[in-house]
Amino acid sequence: MAFYVVQFLTGLASAASLFLVASGLSIIFGVTRIVNFAHGAFYMIGAYIAFTLTERLSGAFGFWGSIVLAALAVALIGVLVEMVLLRRIYHAPELFQLLATFGLTLMVEDLVVLIWGPDDLVGRRAPGFKGAIDFFGQNIPSYDLFLIVLGPVVLGILWLLFQRTRWGVLVRAATQDRDMVAALGVNQKWLFTSVFAVGVFLAALGGALQIPRDAVHHAMDLRIIVEVFVVVVIGGLGSIVGAFVAAVLVSELNAFGILIFPKISIILVFLVMAVVLIVRPWGLFGKPEAAARKTPGLTVNPWRPLTSNERLASLAALVIAATLPLFAGNYALTVGSEIAIFVIFAVSLHFLMSVGGLASFGHAAYFGLGAYGIAFLAKMAGLPMIVCLLLGPLLGCMGAAVFGFFAVQLSGVYFAMLTLAFAQIVWSIAFQWVSVTGGDNGILGVWPEKWAASPSHFYWLALGVAALVTIALRIAVFSPFGYALRATRDSLLRSEAIGINAKRIQWTAFVIAGTTAGIGGALFAYLKGSVFPDNLGISLSVDALVMVLLGGVETVSGAVIGAIVYKALNIWLVSQTDLSKLVLGGFIVLIVVVFPKGIVGMLEMLAQRRRKSSPPGSSLLAKPIESAE
Amino acid sequence: MRARNYFVGAAFALLAGGMAHSAVAQDIKIGEINSYSLLPAFTEPYRKGWQLAVEEINAAGGINGKKLIVVSKDDGGKPADAQTAANELVSSEGVAMLTGTFLSNIGLAVSDFANQKKVFFLAAEPLTDAVTWSKGNKYTFRLRPSNYMQAAMLVEAASKLPAKRWATIAPNYEYGQSAVAVFKKLMSEKRPDIQWVDEQWPPQGKIDAGPVVQAVAAANPEAILNVTFGADLVKLVREGNTRGLFKGREVVSFLTGEPEYLDPLKDETPEGWIVTGYPWYSIKTPEHDAFLKAYQAKYNDYPRLGSIVGYQTIKSAAAILAKAGSTDPEKLIAAAEGLSMGSPFGEITFRKIDHQSTLGAYVGKTALKDGKGVMVDSVYKKGADYLPSDAEVEKLRPKD
Repeated sequence: MAFYVVQFLTGLASAASLFLVASGLSIIFGVTRIVNFAHGAFYMIGAYIAFTLTERLSGAFGFWGSIVLAALAVALIGVLVEMVLLRRIYHAPELFQLLATFGLTLMVEDLVVLIWGPDDLVGRRAPGFKGAIDFFGQNIPSYDLFLIVLGPVVLGILWLLFQRTRWGVLVRAATQDRDMVAALGVNQKWLFTSVFAVGVFLAALGGALQIPRDAVHHAMDLRIIVEVFVVVVIGGLGSIVGAFVAAVLVSELNAFGILIFPKISIILVFLVMAVVLIVRPWGLFGKPEAAARKTPGLTVNPWRPLTSNERLASLAALVIAATLPLFAGNYALTVGSEIAIFVIFAVSLHFLMSVGGLASFGHAAYFGLGAYGIAFLAKMAGLPMIVCLLLGPLLGCMGAAVFGFFAVQLSGVYFAMLTLAFAQIVWSIAFQWVSVTGGDNGILGVWPEKWAASPSHFYWLALGVAALVTIALRIAVFSPFGYALRATRDSLLRSEAIGINAKRIQWTAFVIAGTTAGIGGALFAYLKGSVFPDNLGISLSVDALVMVLLGGVETVSGAVIGAIVYKALNIWLVSQTDLSKLVLGGFIVLIVVVFPKGIVGMLEMLAQRRRKSSPPGSSLLAKPIESAE
Repeated sequence: MRARNYFVGAAFALLAGGMAHSAVAQDIKIGEINSYSLLPAFTEPYRKGWQLAVEEINAAGGINGKKLIVVSKDDGGKPADAQTAANELVSSEGVAMLTGTFLSNIGLAVSDFANQKKVFFLAAEPLTDAVTWSKGNKYTFRLRPSNYMQAAMLVEAASKLPAKRWATIAPNYEYGQSAVAVFKKLMSEKRPDIQWVDEQWPPQGKIDAGPVVQAVAAANPEAILNVTFGADLVKLVREGNTRGLFKGREVVSFLTGEPEYLDPLKDETPEGWIVTGYPWYSIKTPEHDAFLKAYQAKYNDYPRLGSIVGYQTIKSAAAILAKAGSTDPEKLIAAAEGLSMGSPFGEITFRKIDHQSTLGAYVGKTALKDGKGVMVDSVYKKGADYLPSDAEVEKLRPKD
C-alpha cells in the first residue's frame, strides 16, 4: 500500500514541473493566440542560466536566489523577444507567429552549445532538500515534496493574480475577446508584453527548478515542448486549472501505467489527448472558441487562376527545370528530386491549411504512411515499382480517412493537436512494432527499379509527379469543391446555411491532402531506399508547416516556393556548417520580419502595387531565392 | 503567380554549388558523417580524435605519398539527411570511402546506401548487431565493439554475482531493446537459475525517473541491468541515489564508464557498478601513452571514448587505403578483410567473416575519487574473445 502512495506522490512531483511550464504556455496562448513554439527554449535557457548562477553563488540564499534570478533574467529576454519580434507580426495570418518562435528555437539550440559547451551539465542539489523522507520503508525525495507543494501554491498565486487584480481582469477579458478589450481602450501592447513576460517567467522557473533532478543539455527544449502543448490542450486552452488537472492526470497515468505496460510512456500523453479531444473537443476545462472576427484580409485580394501568360511562364519554368539533368551532376539531381518531393508534401498540407483553413500539426503521418506503404509492398509483397507507386499512397489515404473523420469534428488549435496526436500514435506503432516495421532501424533496401534508378530518371519522375500534383490541386482549388471548401473556411455558419455539408467537405479535403502527402512519401521511400519512423515524426510535420508558412498561407501555391527555399537552404546549410540551426533559425526570423505574409504573399502584394506601371517582373521575384542560396 | 520560376532558380544555384567542389586529383579524400549538431557531447571529442589522426598521417607522409583529406558532414541525427550527405560526399566530393555515424539507424541507412552505390563504408560508432550481422553487407565494416560483444563482456562479470532476481532499465529503442535481449539470452544460458522480475522502458531522452525508480524498487530485484546513458542516466542515478534504489543491489551498466557519461555525474557517481568504458587515466600501455600524450599536447584536454573512436576510425581507413594502393571499392574490401593494425587499445583485426573489428573495451567498477567518478579494477577485454563462433556468425549474416 505504501508503495502506491509513494508512486502517487512521485507522479504529483512530475506533474508540478510539467504544470509550471504548461501554465505559462496556456496564459500566453489564451491572450495573444501565439502558439509559442519557443516555450521549451525559454525553459532550457532558464535551466542553463540557473546552472551558471548556482555554481557561482553559494549558500541557501544563493541557490534559491539564483533560481528566481534566472527566471527573471529569462523573462526579460522574453520581453525583448516580444517587443522586437512578435509585436511586428500579431496581424500576420494565424500561426505565422509559430514560424517566428520556431526560428528562435532553432537558434537557441545552437547558441546554448556555443555558450555553455557540448557536455551535459549536472547542477547542485537544493540546500535543505538533498535527502529523502522515509514513508513506511519507501523513500520520498524531499525535493519531490517541495515540488508537490509548489505546484498548488503557484496555481493559487496565479488564481489570485487573475481573480483579484485589475491586470488579471484584463487578461481574462482579453482571453475571452481581445478585440473588445482593445475597443474599450486598453493598451494591448503592454498587456501582451506583460502576459508574455509572465508566461516566459513560469517556463524559465520550471526549467531552473529542474537543476537538482536533471542534467542540463541542449535538447531539453524538445523533450518538454510537445508534452507541454499536450497538457495545455488536454486541460483546455487558456485554463490554468485545466493545465493543472491535465498535468496531474498525465503524470499519474504515466506513474501507474508503467507498472503494467513499461513501454507506455512513449505514447501515453498522446493517447490521453486523443481520447479527451474526441470526447470533449475543447479539452477538460476549455470552452468553445468564440467565432473569431476575422479581418477581411482574404477578400481584399481574391484568388484567381493563372492568366494565360502566367501559365506559359510556369510551363517554361517547368521545362527549364526538366533540363537540369543535361548539365547537373548526380548530387544536384538527387537534391532536386528531394526538393520536388517536398514540394508535393508542402502543397498537400497547403491545400488543407490555406484552402481548408485546417492547420495540421501531424501531416507527416500520411507522408510516412505512404513511405511505409511502399516498403511493405516492395519488400514483403515484392510488387513492381509502378504498382507500388500507385498503391503505396493508399495507406496514406486510408490513414487520412480514419483520422480525418475524427479530426474535422474539431477546429483551430484543437484540430491541429488532434492531428498531432494521431501522427504520434502512428509513429509509435512504427517505432514499437519491430517485427513488422523493423522499429527505429527501419526497413532497408527499398531501391527503385532499373528504369528509374539513375538520378536523372528519378529526378524527372519526381519533377513530373510534383508538377501533376500541383496542377491537380490548383484545379481542385478552382473547382466547385474548392469553392465549397473555401466557404467552410471563411464562414462555417454561412456555408452551412447555404446547404454545404461542411464536415463532409472538410473530410474529403483531409483525405485528398493525406493521399497527396502519401504520394510524396512513396517517392521519398524510393529516393532514400529506406523507411524509418522519422518519416512520420514531429520534426517532419513541423518542416511542412514551416514550408507552407514561409511560402505564404494566404496564397494559392505559395507552398511550392516555401518548400523549395526551405529545403534547398536546409540541405545546403547542413552541408556547409555545423551551426546550420543557428543560421536557418536566423533566416526564418528575418523572413518573418521582412515578409510577414510569407515570401509569395509579400511578392504578390508588391506585384499588385506595381501592376499598373509594369507587368510583374520575374527577375525581381527570383531575387530572394538566389540570395538565399 | 509563376511558381516554377523559383524552381529553376533553386536548381541553378544548387548546380553552381555542386560544381564548386571538384576533387583535386593528387589527394585522397575520405567522407565522414556524424551527428555533430544533435550529439555534440560525443561528437566533439570524436572530431578531435580524427583530426589528430589526419594530422599524424599527413605528417608521416600521407597515404602512399598522397595527402589525406577528410570531408566531414553533419547528419542532424536523421537517417534521411545522412543519406543526402553520403550522396554529396560520393557524387560531388568524389571520396574514396565513407566513415563515421553514431546512431544505429543512421549507420544502417548509410550502410544500405553504400551497398546500393557500391561504396566502401567504415562504420565508426553504431552499436547495433544488425550492421555486421542480420543486415550486414559486403561494403560495410565496423570499428566499435558491437552490442553483442559489450553484453558478452558484461555477462562474464555479471554471471559471477550471486544475485538471482534481476530487473532491467533500458531506453525504449533498438539499442536498448537489443542490449537487453542479448544480455538476457547470454545471462540465462550461463545462469539458468536467474529470474527476470521487472523491466522498464523509458523513452530515450524522456525518462520520468522517479516513477521508474519506484517501479523497479517495488519488484525488489537483487541486481539491475541499466542501458540508459546521457541525460537519462543522470536523472536515473540522481533519483536512484535519493530513493536508495542502488543500496544493497548490484548494478551492471552499459557504457557508463565512458568519460562522456561518467564525468557529468560528478559526486553523485554511484559506486561499485560493473560497467564498460574507457579509464584513460589508468591505462598504462605504450600505444595508449603515445596517443594520450599527442592528444593532450594538441588539445590541452583529456580524451573521451569518442576521441579513441574518431582517431582509430581514420587510422584504420588510412591503413586500408594504404594496403589497397587504390580507391577501388573491391580492392578496399579485399585489403580490409583480415587486416590487422595497431590501435591505442592494442592490435585489432577486421574480421573477414563479418567485417567486425576486434577492438575491445574496458570492463571495471565505478568509484568515487576526489568528488569525481572513475573506473577502477579495469581490465581490457579483447573483442575477439567475445564474438560467437564462426558457424553461428555464418547463420546470422546474409550471403553477399
